[in-house]
Amino acid sequence: MTSPVAILIVDDEKIVRESLSKWFKEDGYIVGTAENAAEALKQLQTRTWEIILLDIRMPGMDGMELQQRIREIDSSATIIFITAHASVDTAVKALKAGAFDYIAKPIDPDYLSHLIQNAVKQRSLAGENLRLKEQISEFAKIEEIVGNSPQIKKVFEMINTVAKTDTTVMIRGESGTGKELIARAIHANSERRYFPIVAINCGALPEGILESELFGHERGAFTGAQYRRKGKLELADGGTLFLDEVGNISMKTQMDLLRAIETKQFTRVGGNETISVDFRTICATNRDLEKAVQEGTFREDLYYRLNVFSIVIPPLRERKSDIPLLANYFVKKYGQTMGKPITSISSEAMDVIIKYNWPGNIRELENAIERAMVVGKPPCIRPHDLPFQLSERADAPSLGSLAAMEKNHIAEILAANNWNISRSAETLQIDRVTLYNKIEKYGLKKPQ
Amino acid sequence: MTRSIHILNATSLPANDLEYLSRSVEGVFGIAAQMTHSHLELEKAFDGSRRQFSSTALLSQIITRADSTPGKFIGLVDVDLFVPILTFVYGEAQFDGRAAVVSTYRLANQFYGVEADAVLLRRRLEKEIIHELGHTFGLYHCRQFECVMRSSTYVEEIDLKRHEFCPQCFDYLRRNLDSLLGV
Repeated sequence: MTSPVAILIVDDEKIVRESLSKWFKEDGYIVGTAENAAEALKQLQTRTWEIILLDIRMPGMDGMELQQRIREIDSSATIIFITAHASVDTAVKALKAGAFDYIAKPIDPDYLSHLIQNAVKQRSLAGENLRLKEQISEFAKIEEIVGNSPQIKKVFEMINTVAKTDTTVMIRGESGTGKELIARAIHANSERRYFPIVAINCGALPEGILESELFGHERGAFTGAQYRRKGKLELADGGTLFLDEVGNISMKTQMDLLRAIETKQFTRVGGNETISVDFRTICATNRDLEKAVQEGTFREDLYYRLNVFSIVIPPLRERKSDIPLLANYFVKKYGQTMGKPITSISSEAMDVIIKYNWPGNIRELENAIERAMVVGKPPCIRPHDLPFQLSERADAPSLGSLAAMEKNHIAEILAANNWNISRSAETLQIDRVTLYNKIEKYGLKKPQ
Repeated sequence: MTRSIHILNATSLPANDLEYLSRSVEGVFGIAAQMTHSHLELEKAFDGSRRQFSSTALLSQIITRADSTPGKFIGLVDVDLFVPILTFVYGEAQFDGRAAVVSTYRLANQFYGVEADAVLLRRRLEKEIIHELGHTFGLYHCRQFECVMRSSTYVEEIDLKRHEFCPQCFDYLRRNLDSLLGV
């Protein structure tokens, strides 16, 4: 149950204070009274008054001046002015000075009742709004982007630099490097964070559908358009539009998109009405856009419009020092969601994970850990819990030659057969002499 | 008799309506109700500038009349009541006190240009009497839609509520009746 709202009545007329006080007490409010500004200020020291009814004309300090002093003490108090001398001038002045409303004596009881109810409701909404904003600010931390390498630290710096501005950002990086996560971090740390971030994967949709998804459509714009529908640009009003795989947009849609980004105006598909929106653009691509511009498949003007501030996310293989951090982060994450008491990765398994090339980047790592969490047994993930191809390729060089592949394969077979040459040669389907030659060639040595 | 409610009538309501109101008050509070004719000095409560009657002034008269007689007192009048800050009131009560006043003036259909309805007026008055008496027993306005203690600033709102207390208000009243009556 919420605590009752406290109302302070400040009026030099005793009868007004008494009758209002009685009226509010019957409604269950906590009521206080003050006959002048000095007494009101004293009352403000005793407790928090959510609603303050202020007589504009009082001897000494008048209501308008008192309001300013009240604001210095409690800026969140809801102030309602009362006066026997209703005039538009005073009403406008009072409202400009931040009053919630203005009432003239005598007041219609129904009006007063609704006014107070609205003031209470507005206060509760303001409180809720504040709490939600605090929650959003909590979410806005870049905690989900895990890493300690110099490369990722540089990315953090760039996010912090660009987030507070309204600059268009292009995020580049291989598939699975977490481009959307970066876009969300920029949005979450921007002034637009209380508005939505609307993401659209431009590469996943055919041209006609992408156009309708971006700009919306009017009823009857095309077969199946039974209702008017808002597009992503309209939904992102006030917030951020995240265009993923922007390099895959058709030339026609590129032109429409360029105009919309430049003018912040567009029309829905099949419509005539010009819609004005306010959004920030963040886009991402794993394509070589410069090459696409040269080849004429990506508009040069759109490229320059989008590529204002570029953030390049290095692939996981170039920041191997982040791998243990990320792997442990996913273990913790899936441990919680699955409710499984696996809390760590064995040192052997971690070796395999670090040595792996991770062509699918963080997405592949996350999937590998999720799978290992499913098949693994507490308390830790072991090498055999990792996907088969992963352990098999654990030592594979990133761009391995045929010779390197052969070396690794022979080493694995020898290890599997406990360096029994005959059995290993049999498995490899080569004679023992050839195997000896290969061992010598690749410098393989039996472990002590 | 200490456990009693005194209804001081200064209206021209018919006797059978007054009888009905007494019985209803008795039924709701479970206390004997006495209806007596009363000559309240209305002219002393009249405000010439507003052409209305001060409910607070009338309440003072009723309190003076009550003097040392135990029980609760409620005056019934048929004039337009006001308190200085509000344009009108249907009635006023001494919260957790001894006296209240209710007027039929704005409860009557004629005030709103609608044909007179004696039964509706009696029902509205019944609810307002119980409501104001409720305040004298220390009951606040209630949020329950049908509770007689729900605040009504519009005559149609009076029609929507019942003439009885909701379980919570009734429970409060029942538990505190003796102490509230000063027995």
